[in-house]
Amino acid sequence: MMGTALDPRAEYVMRLGDNALVLAQRLSAWVAHAPIMEEDVALANVSLDLFGQARLWLSYAGELEGAGRDEDRLAFHRDAREFRNVLLVERPNGDFAATTVRGYFYDLWSYLGLGALEGSRSERVAAIAEKSRKETAYHLRRSEDWMIRLGDGTEESHTRTQRAVDELWRYTGELFLGDEVDAAMLEAGIGFDPPALLDPWFERVHTAFSSAMLEIPGDTWMQRGGKQGTHTEQLSYLLVEMQALPRAMPEAVW
Amino acid sequence: MKREWPQWEIFVRSEAGLAHKHVGSLHAADARMALENARDLYTRRNEGVSIWVVKSDDVHATDPSEEDAFFRPSEDKNYRFPTFYHVPEGVKHL
Repeated sequence: MMGTALDPRAEYVMRLGDNALVLAQRLSAWVAHAPIMEEDVALANVSLDLFGQARLWLSYAGELEGAGRDEDRLAFHRDAREFRNVLLVERPNGDFAATTVRGYFYDLWSYLGLGALEGSRSERVAAIAEKSRKETAYHLRRSEDWMIRLGDGTEESHTRTQRAVDELWRYTGELFLGDEVDAAMLEAGIGFDPPALLDPWFERVHTAFSSAMLEIPGDTWMQRGGKQGTHTEQLSYLLVEMQALPRAMPEAVW
Repeated sequence: MKREWPQWEIFVRSEAGLAHKHVGSLHAADARMALENARDLYTRRNEGVSIWVVKSDDVHATDPSEEDAFFRPSEDKNYRFPTFYHVPEGVKHL
């Protein structure tokens, strides 16, 4: 496995970068397809924020790795098994409700995680987290607003939103699972403890779901493995599209 | 059911600006969404530090056909400008 040879810090930072990168790429596919023009621009803004966060994390991951790979090399010249994002962010866009719910689950988790990383012993990690958290606070405000509007909206919007919740819930468990990389980073005072985010995350979801008239699904088998490199086939399709040009023309410049 | 969202007029105050300035309009279901959409449409390039949104229906405007009656009469009233008046010699505190 690729991961075992890596500096755990590089591995850790790459996970943060890959989450942002994959979700950014997903959201960019909404451009020119959103339900209204205002929403089109809003989704593009979120996507661009996340691409920006991905650049900061992946540049740093490349430096930590010390193998001469820059942000572009990492973004465009790795295969699916080398990606370290959680499975949630690679789920297809689906309808606007599915995109909203996926965004909400991620935004809330990311907001809490970045808050913890602001106190990181690594100055670089703390600085990237501080910048990213301001953006993420806004993403969360939007996705939460929309989820409540859709859940408590028309019969159709409620049905679609509850369906998205039922479908995506199984990908939320992975957000709160720690592994040896998380343990090493927690020990070093660099990272956060994933299980510690569960209570505040669940509490806010519970409150939002009450306003949105949505039901939290019962016991569900939770999918896992994304951050160790085991992905669903959906990520491969995403990468084929995202990486096609740089792979075909590796010397191309912007 | 009315399916079209109402239109809103957007006013943004820039960092250096003293007053909110009209920048355009957009559609939104309510004021909260209008503020969020305005943020995303009109403040992407550091344009603002404050946003006002007003339903377009609540903005009442003068009728262009009444322009003469409304605005022309002030043109020949130069005594409404301070430069019309001569300051007499010896006036203090002016």
